Amino acid sequence: MGNIQRFPHSAKAASTNPLKMSQPLGAALAFLGVDRCMPLFHGSQGCTAFGLVLLVRHFREAIPLQTTAMDQVSTILGGYENLEQAVRTIHERNAPALIGVATTGVTETKGEDMSGQYSLFRQRNPALAGLKLVFANTPDFSGGFEDGFSAAVTGIVEEVVQPSETTMKGQINVLAGCHLSPGDVEELRDIIESFGLSPIFLPDLSLSMSGRQPDDFTATSLGGVTVDQIASMGASELTLVIGEHMRVAAAALELKTDVRSVFFDRLTGLEASDRLVRTLSELSGRPVPAKLRRQRETLVDGMLDGHFFYSRKRIAVALEPDLLYAVTSFLADMGAEVIAAVSPTQTAVLEKLKAATVMVGDHSDVETLARDADLIVSNSHGRQGAARIGVPLHRMGLPMFDRLGAGLKVHVGYRGTRELLFEIGNLFLSREMDHDEHGHAHGHRHGDGHEHGQHCGSGSCGCSAG
Amino acid sequence: MLQEKLQDVFNEPGCSTNQAKSEKERKKGCSKALKPGAAAGGCAYDGAMIALQPIADAAHLVHGPIACLGNSWDNRGTKSSGSQLYRTGFTTDMSELDIIHGGEKKLYKAIKEIVQQYDPPAVFVYQTCVPAMIGDDIEAVCKFAAKKLGKPVIPVMAPGFVGSKNLGNKLAGETLLDHVIGTVEPEVTTPTDICIVGEYNLAGELWLVKPLLDEIGIRILSCISGDGRYNEVAQAHRARLTMVVCSQALVNVGRKMQERWGIPYFEGSFYGVSDMSDTLRTMARMLVERGADKAIIDRTEGVIAREESRVWRRLEPYKPRFDGKRVLLFTGGVKSWSMVTALEGAGLTIVGTSTKKSTKEDKERIKKMKGEEFHQWDDLKPRDIYKMLRDSEADIMMSGGRSQFIALKAKVPWLDLNQERHTPYAGYDGIVNLCEEIDKTLSNPIWRQVRLAAPWDLKPDAKPDARPVGA
Ligand code: SF4
Repeated sequence: MGNIQRFPHSAKAASTNPLKMSQPLGAALAFLGVDRCMPLFHGSQGCTAFGLVLLVRHFREAIPLQTTAMDQVSTILGGYENLEQAVRTIHERNAPALIGVATTGVTETKGEDMSGQYSLFRQRNPALAGLKLVFANTPDFSGGFEDGFSAAVTGIVEEVVQPSETTMKGQINVLAGCHLSPGDVEELRDIIESFGLSPIFLPDLSLSMSGRQPDDFTATSLGGVTVDQIASMGASELTLVIGEHMRVAAAALELKTDVRSVFFDRLTGLEASDRLVRTLSELSGRPVPAKLRRQRETLVDGMLDGHFFYSRKRIAVALEPDLLYAVTSFLADMGAEVIAAVSPTQTAVLEKLKAATVMVGDHSDVETLARDADLIVSNSHGRQGAARIGVPLHRMGLPMFDRLGAGLKVHVGYRGTRELLFEIGNLFLSREMDHDEHGHAHGHRHGDGHEHGQHCGSGSCGCSAG
Repeated sequence: MLQEKLQDVFNEPGCSTNQAKSEKERKKGCSKALKPGAAAGGCAYDGAMIALQPIADAAHLVHGPIACLGNSWDNRGTKSSGSQLYRTGFTTDMSELDIIHGGEKKLYKAIKEIVQQYDPPAVFVYQTCVPAMIGDDIEAVCKFAAKKLGKPVIPVMAPGFVGSKNLGNKLAGETLLDHVIGTVEPEVTTPTDICIVGEYNLAGELWLVKPLLDEIGIRILSCISGDGRYNEVAQAHRARLTMVVCSQALVNVGRKMQERWGIPYFEGSFYGVSDMSDTLRTMARMLVERGADKAIIDRTEGVIAREESRVWRRLEPYKPRFDGKRVLLFTGGVKSWSMVTALEGAGLTIVGTSTKKSTKEDKERIKKMKGEEFHQWDDLKPRDIYKMLRDSEADIMMSGGRSQFIALKAKVPWLDLNQERHTPYAGYDGIVNLCEEIDKTLSNPIWRQVRLAAPWDLKPDAKPDARPVGA
């Protein structure tokens, strides 16, 4: 692998084609995994509109999201009035089970004291004592999507979870990081339930964001983990913590409930999946079900069939930190060379990445680092840069607005790993076949000789550069 | 400075809504106070970006934390026939340290980097909420950078919290008037040069109109700002005529160009058959009044006659297919209005529309056209729309992308009329495109299937293929 370059200093003042998304958006996504919830941004209306459009484009679902609509005057005088009015209005109109407030750059720059505002709200609205209200500090100018998600989950744990004297046999908690798609959560539920265990996911996007056909129109989130379920997390036997950015929430949960937790840094890959299955089998005292055994077998077989196409392939990956870790680790497992791993923010998990270059950067950095790569793995925003340098793009993460079913992709467990293995493997395979047909020399670099988009735009390489 | 600008914009005499108001009302501005917890829509920065970003060869740099650009770049369907630089998202991505120490230095560095790396003809710098709150003087930074780097660097003063998207459009127009228009002289001018204001070339719509203008002999000297080039926009003051595309968003630009350079303007639309013809006629007539060769009037009539008969002929096949089909328009804007006659000409019935952003006159006009029993809603709640659709009061809904799920969840056909769409609806061809899209959607066999009840929900005696009630 040569020498590893860690965090080359990016001296750029302008972030160009950003990979980063802001904290409140991450918080909004976490809140959307709670049943009958209304996420509320404490800030000006624009931030809310942008966040909403991004989530709509990715999930192709209606997204409930409100704003405290700070204007010039309230920005200067302070936003408590707006916040109180917003919460009351939402409560009156939609009576949600939970209102999740995320601050923004506008309110954080002003330095509004959110815990003070929380107490003030409680004091002034005794009639709303039953209303579940979570305030998360999520300034736009620090951290990123993952941090906002984590702050919201931690806030929910602190506000809603109750300690319990008794333990419910077979009940387990899963703190599901934002690198898990609704499809991933569904897959995990399947795996866990196949051991006779009953999981409570926090948050549970599989029930709210995977395509619902409601009988009536709802203004809040529809489906997701219920407030009552969250409250009962203290009675669980065990908490599975998925992803580095769930550690803070996990600590809060342990502190409140004494439920012991097991940490998983990823669930993509054979060994990672083995560890999950072993944990579940031990906890439940049941043998591994036949379905999972079969899935493991086909994954092993797929790895054997697929490794030819992965060996020594040069791949650049740019994703949110925990997903970045899961994907680069999986690619390394398959014998590929991750030449660059680009993260939107600095976090501890980057220290563990197996990549020639690890950096905090944007899509333009990917474009520079991936010039001679065989593949880029990133979100849909990567498509412009990938097209310019003629490298195919495999889409993962968020936002993925130019593919259907973005939210339902599965990358965890034996089955999900197999799916990812085949998706990427097929890109390499089809390119080799393609080039043979065109009479090119084997290994001919894509984009060198021909006008990009003409030959591969139809999707054989998956880039359909547009 | 910004305060004065805002007052000025609120005072727009070219805006008829505004002129109907009292002095005091006008001072309050046109953005209604938003209700916390019940507000929707973009901010002023968003509006400014919409109006200016189609200037394709310029760099558009957003000064602020990641929220303003990070969540929003690369989300509009405006097209360019050349430079793609406008699609690159640039932001200073302000961090905590920048908030504490001020972001001016970083901003200057960012501008310099962009100029060195991309050499655009100009850089637009967008002010957003956070730097405005901490007092970053971006006007000074831009001035300094322009001098140092020898390039126009233009501050766009529209931080989100000052108001709505529509206000941001206007502030963008003011920016062009203050810093851009009139700064470059065209190499050649012709007596038929026009400037189009408020057309963003969404889905390439301008390209459905331009060939007709070419044929007539009318030259688009500059379009603000669809498929725009910085230098062309800067030459707009040499146009003989301005067309303000029917939304009220940029009427201030048309009026002030008249004030400053004596260029007459008119409000027109490229949507709908009769509006399109009216627009071409008005253009030709006004250009002739300003000294262009009379022959363009005949050429215009020729083009109109040919295109109109062509378009009606092409719409003919849709008539039987559209018979009895009812459309619910939910756009919040006025744009849809110019399409209505054409849609009705193709046999559709329009059952109602929202008038959230329409003026009093618009509403009167609609009432006159459609009669009293026609629905007009100022503020229709999603739940009510859902119910209407569920109760089969319309066969298709046309709206902006955000409300699509109201229709789709009610299992009713839906068509995008707003900025994310991919099909151009402008000009004569655009109307045919629109009808084709409507037809495609309405006649799709999925509607029958998705309304079928699940097997486990069927009553034991029902036939397996029975349609559920109320679908
Ligand atoms: S409201 Fe302010 S902070 Fe939010 S997106 Fe608009 S400019 Fe940015």
